Amino acid sequence: MSKITLIIKREYLTRIRKKSFIIMSVLGPFIFAAYIIIPMYFATLEDKDEKMVVVIDDSKLFTEYGPEGPAFVIPGTEFLKFQVVEGVPLETFKLGFEESGYYALLFIPSNILASESSLIYSTNQTSVEVTGYIRRTMESEIEHLKLASHDIEGIEKIIAEVETSINVTNIKWTRDGETKQTNTGVVMGVGYLGGMLIFFFVFFFGSQVMRGVIEEKVSRIIEVIISSVKPFQLMMGKIIGVGLTGLTQFVVWIFFSALLITGLKTAFFSELNQTPTEQVVASNLFDQDASSAAPETGPEGLNNEDLDKAQEIFTSLKSINAGVMIGAFLFYFIFGYLLYAAMFAVIGSMVDNETDTQQLILPVILPLILGLYVMINAINNPDGALPFWFSLIPFTSPVVMMVRIPFGVPWWQVAVSGSLLVGTFLGMTWVASKVYRTGILMYGKKSSYKEIWKWLRYSS
Amino acid sequence: MNRAYELSGANLITAHDVVKDFSGHRALNNVSLKVPEGSIYGLLGPNGAGKTTLLRIINQITAPDHGSVLFEGNPIGPEHRSMIGYLPEERGLYKKMKVGEQALYLAQLKGLSKQEAMKRLKVWFKKFEIGAWWDKKVEELSKGMAQKVQFITTVLHEPRLLIFDEPFSGFDPINVNLLKHEILQMKEQGATIIFSTHNMESVEELCDHITLINKSETILEGEISEIREKYSTDTYSVHFTGDKNKLTNGLDSRFELVQLEENGYGPQATIRIKEGDGTGDLIRNLVEVTEIRSFKEILPSMNDIFIQVVNDASQKNDLPT
Repeated sequence: MSKITLIIKREYLTRIRKKSFIIMSVLGPFIFAAYIIIPMYFATLEDKDEKMVVVIDDSKLFTEYGPEGPAFVIPGTEFLKFQVVEGVPLETFKLGFEESGYYALLFIPSNILASESSLIYSTNQTSVEVTGYIRRTMESEIEHLKLASHDIEGIEKIIAEVETSINVTNIKWTRDGETKQTNTGVVMGVGYLGGMLIFFFVFFFGSQVMRGVIEEKVSRIIEVIISSVKPFQLMMGKIIGVGLTGLTQFVVWIFFSALLITGLKTAFFSELNQTPTEQVVASNLFDQDASSAAPETGPEGLNNEDLDKAQEIFTSLKSINAGVMIGAFLFYFIFGYLLYAAMFAVIGSMVDNETDTQQLILPVILPLILGLYVMINAINNPDGALPFWFSLIPFTSPVVMMVRIPFGVPWWQVAVSGSLLVGTFLGMTWVASKVYRTGILMYGKKSSYKEIWKWLRYSS
Repeated sequence: MNRAYELSGANLITAHDVVKDFSGHRALNNVSLKVPEGSIYGLLGPNGAGKTTLLRIINQITAPDHGSVLFEGNPIGPEHRSMIGYLPEERGLYKKMKVGEQALYLAQLKGLSKQEAMKRLKVWFKKFEIGAWWDKKVEELSKGMAQKVQFITTVLHEPRLLIFDEPFSGFDPINVNLLKHEILQMKEQGATIIFSTHNMESVEELCDHITLINKSETILEGEISEIREKYSTDTYSVHFTGDKNKLTNGLDSRFELVQLEENGYGPQATIRIKEGDGTGDLIRNLVEVTEIRSFKEILPSMNDIFIQVVNDASQKNDLPT
């Protein structure tokens, strides 16, 4: 077995046998799921408080008189109710409003049509949602009233006809004149996920490389090892070993996530053995040409709109060339990691303990974080100048290019970006190995980037 | 009979005018040495003299700026790595790794197959009575225990050249003896051993040759017996019977009586010959005045030579300008 294989094997085995690796492998998907589910849960919690708003309508424009007495013309929602009171002056609510159990008091002045303003009184700050809902509904009600005041025949019908909601569907033309329906949100999500994964992978496992180098230096085993192997072999062995650990973790996560999703499905949706959505998924995933065979009308439980949406998501997913996407992901994933891992190894070789890394690490992670910001910007405009340049610069391209690729990138840009990345990786590794082999034997030196220049000039 | 015998006289390691600079500081200045095959070679010198740098160069951990190192007459290269075993002064093992697993890993890095390494490790672990540690993590061991493990990993691949940097530091006297015994046995089997130490007793006990480095330069080199001869002060110890005053008064002016004392064996005189090579004359003189029971040259200890040479060298360097 060659020496570098031995090193890779040790780095890999000692890491995947660690308790922390096993715990992270199992908990990872749960943590990710929690990131999505917990905010959603909190959002629903907020809404579940039923809020009663008392209305004093001096204008009388918003009050209907039914058999059950006066009622507000604006319907309440599930968690927001309105109650109209008459003949009670505003001042009587002022004292003891908090104890009354009302959420807020809506005062509509008699000159509402002219002043176009109303007042909300409450003891606590009313939520943006409630204020927004009241504003929107009152606006449209007043618009209706104003239109009606013009006394046009059949105005109610006209208004109903005029009200429109537009649905915009993106269609992409390929080079060959094919049309592809896309949902920008879905395409964006895929790119965003890819970029994020690369960012976290590079950051997390890059710092593991750094810690590994420090461990060897601090424990002083380094001298024994490099009397057996070349420093370059040790450095590359470590980088590859840690990288494989990361890939393994990744694969385990995918496996557990699949397991988790299947588990949740059987737990909560067992009565729907195969949902129409699944049929759509299946027909789209396994038979590219069978998408037209997907059921046009959904069975009970799912209306056509839901089905259309599912259909749209999967046609969008299909519009992304999966082969290109996976290939690009793996390429940027691997070379992005290799480039940064070499830099992290250099930092590890420069210090005697982990606390000293803080000032040195900033110039390394800065481009990575910059890439993340550009990536978020690129979601809005994937072909803009900023994403374009940053997807070519090797230090940011792994993150930024990922979000551009699902939208389609000219092949020459990918080629330039890819070769720049590989070239920089090779150059960086060469520089890193020179600094590394000097650094690992230096103790008690004040580590700085100035020192690197000195070390670079040392002969091997 | 064995390889050491056949190649006696040949040098396993030859260093020519080795120079190594570290940012403004010269760690080695034209250092040369020849390590005869099958010998135990002592590399001596005060702290910071450049010993470790020289050992690192021989181990190919760093390369010299000028000069060359030859292994059996050929420039030293990667193919020699597996023929060298190195125990650095700063000991270290992976703390979180298990003892057995780690020893296997280090042995494989030196080119042993897993099976062969396993076989040899079993022998060594039995010899050092540490078989029970196999599945323990290194961080659970005491410092001395970890050093034993590291010693084994250094010698396991039976290299032709063994380099020990302060091998005995941190060991108790029993384990020091155990190690000395093993080192001598390896020499017996034909290994060449370079060892760097401050412990002059072990140098006298084990080494055949030495090089003394001070402030990056070689200041003394050669066979121990020759060096001690060279630094002899022509001083002799004489046990005798008879009148002490007769000796004091009857001694020729060419000889100086350094010390005269009485111990359990009777009177003993320490006499230095001030001029000429007059051992015969001294004996003749002594026979006239006393009855000699024993006559022995007092050779300087390596400790004395070390201190004398280093002090002389620094005086030379520190001359007022």
